Amino acid sequence: MAKHETPLLDQLESGPWPSFVSDLKQEIESRAKNEKGVEFQIPQDVCEDLLGILELSYKHGRTHWKHGGIVGVFGYGGGVIGRYCDQPEMFPGVAHFHTMRVSQPAGKFYTTKYLKDICDLWEMRGSGLTNMHGSTGDIIFLGTTTPQLEEIFWELGHNLHQDLGGSGSNLRTPSDCVGQARCEWACYDTQAICHDLTVEYQDELHRPAFPYKFKFKFDGCPNCCVASIARADLSFIGTWRDDIRIDQEAVAAYMGGELPPNGGAHAGRDWGPFDIQKEVIDLCPTKCMWLEGGKLKIENRECTRCMHCINVMPRALRIGNDRGCSIFAGAKAPILDGAQMGSLIVPFIKVEEPYDEIKEKVIEPIWDWWMEEGKNRERLGELMKRQGFQKLLEVTGFKPDPRMVQEPRHNPYIFWKEDEVEGGFKRDINEFRKFHQR
Amino acid sequence: MEYEEAKQKIVDGLTKKQKVKSKFYFNDLAKILEEKPRVAKKLINQMVQEGVLEYWSSGSTSMYGLKGTGKQAHAEHED
Ligand code: HEM
Ligand code: SF4
Ligand code: SF4
Repeated sequence: MAKHETPLLDQLESGPWPSFVSDLKQEIESRAKNEKGVEFQIPQDVCEDLLGILELSYKHGRTHWKHGGIVGVFGYGGGVIGRYCDQPEMFPGVAHFHTMRVSQPAGKFYTTKYLKDICDLWEMRGSGLTNMHGSTGDIIFLGTTTPQLEEIFWELGHNLHQDLGGSGSNLRTPSDCVGQARCEWACYDTQAICHDLTVEYQDELHRPAFPYKFKFKFDGCPNCCVASIARADLSFIGTWRDDIRIDQEAVAAYMGGELPPNGGAHAGRDWGPFDIQKEVIDLCPTKCMWLEGGKLKIENRECTRCMHCINVMPRALRIGNDRGCSIFAGAKAPILDGAQMGSLIVPFIKVEEPYDEIKEKVIEPIWDWWMEEGKNRERLGELMKRQGFQKLLEVTGFKPDPRMVQEPRHNPYIFWKEDEVEGGFKRDINEFRKFHQR
Repeated sequence: MEYEEAKQKIVDGLTKKQKVKSKFYFNDLAKILEEKPRVAKKLINQMVQEGVLEYWSSGSTSMYGLKGTGKQAHAEHED
């Protein structure tokens, strides 16, 4: 019989979706049986107490978790999120239930053996419950006790060759799309730069000295599979400067119905014959495509690289050859101020090892500005709003560019500075008085 | 700034405010040191290494305190 009665949680299992309650029960059973003879280092019935305290929260309509803590591994200010429950007598198994963020490999590639190894470690030294992956991108280990933290960190570092991820007022674990490993739309090697910056900025990842969190995310193309534009303080989005490559024979094959649009993704239903005018040309947001004598034409100067036409006809249309990325600053979730998308700060930059230009001209000047001027718990996007985009241009030294304008008349106040005006602000008073009386 | 001098400043500064609060933002410490963030960070890191300061984290925000001080440490039997 279950350790705690959980009628409210049990009811959740009756819905049509996979249920975390069922998953927890599965882990409860597996820990109780312990067929592998694991020497559990935290209470064997931790998952039962987890269900128990959640049931109590449902009953009370309030949480029984406290906020924050001093726990960590020595010398690291992030990676461990201390969690204590406020009913430790009733639920001793979850008196401590700390979360560990473990850095995921770039592109999230694993061998089966590696996955088994991290699960074995966590079975023994934690609750066995993981979140693969958190919305941060990390491997999330859910629930362990304070004495286990250093042990797990040692195992991770020495045997599994993985580091803790970022939490708190730190650089967060950089994350990327699968990129060139599997995707022909990747305009740069997202995994290479993600890994390089993770290693380069170890100090920023582990020792908090920022006003608040800071995220890098890398998308190989504007499809934005890791949604960098919506949630990274600096988003790196692949793009190209030259023309979309067109294979007119393949265009004709799509029009003739020999090739299924969208790689066959919409094959589950009969949508009628493919209509290139309706489904591609009319949907181009910049209206820069047309048919001419059965051939598809693109005015590339107008194209904003929205990816729509390429997504629909991947065999016919390909990304250009002169590739790099655009960099956007200041995206964030709505926690303090409103939600914000990234603002374009670098229209195009080549993404080439050792990435010196990106580090020295973009990342580091922005950090210096934000570390000095940012208020406590102020994200980069909020500082940009408070001091203005003009200030961001000033600290990075990038020239204003029409592509940075999101919409006209958003902010009509652009003030000249004296050194930008020919002759400065001084005037010849005698010359002035020739035209104006006192 | 010399490390020992910085340490003294931080210990004095935080001890003085101890009655009101026990956890401080990085910026508060940089202000006490009257140093730019990057210089302050080196000194503060060393204080953590030596066990003068310790980290506190809510998960989203990090703070610093003199080791073993504050309500949280006491309430959770970690002092
Ligand atoms: C090239 C000519 C002009 C320029 C550059 C100019 C510029 C400005 C500026 C910068 C403001 C302040 C806007 C703000 O901060 O809200 C302003 C406000 C104003 N201007 Fe002009 N102005 C010009 C001509 C005139 C003329 C000829 C008149 C009237 C005969 C006038 C009447 C006003 C009034 C009534 C306000 C509003 C004051 C207020 O609402 O507080 N302006 N103007
Ligand atoms: S963001 Fe673009 S390049 Fe990266 S996986 Fe998605 S579609 Fe491919
Ligand atoms: S990528 Fe988007 S904007 Fe560019 S041609 Fe295709 S549909 Fe139009």
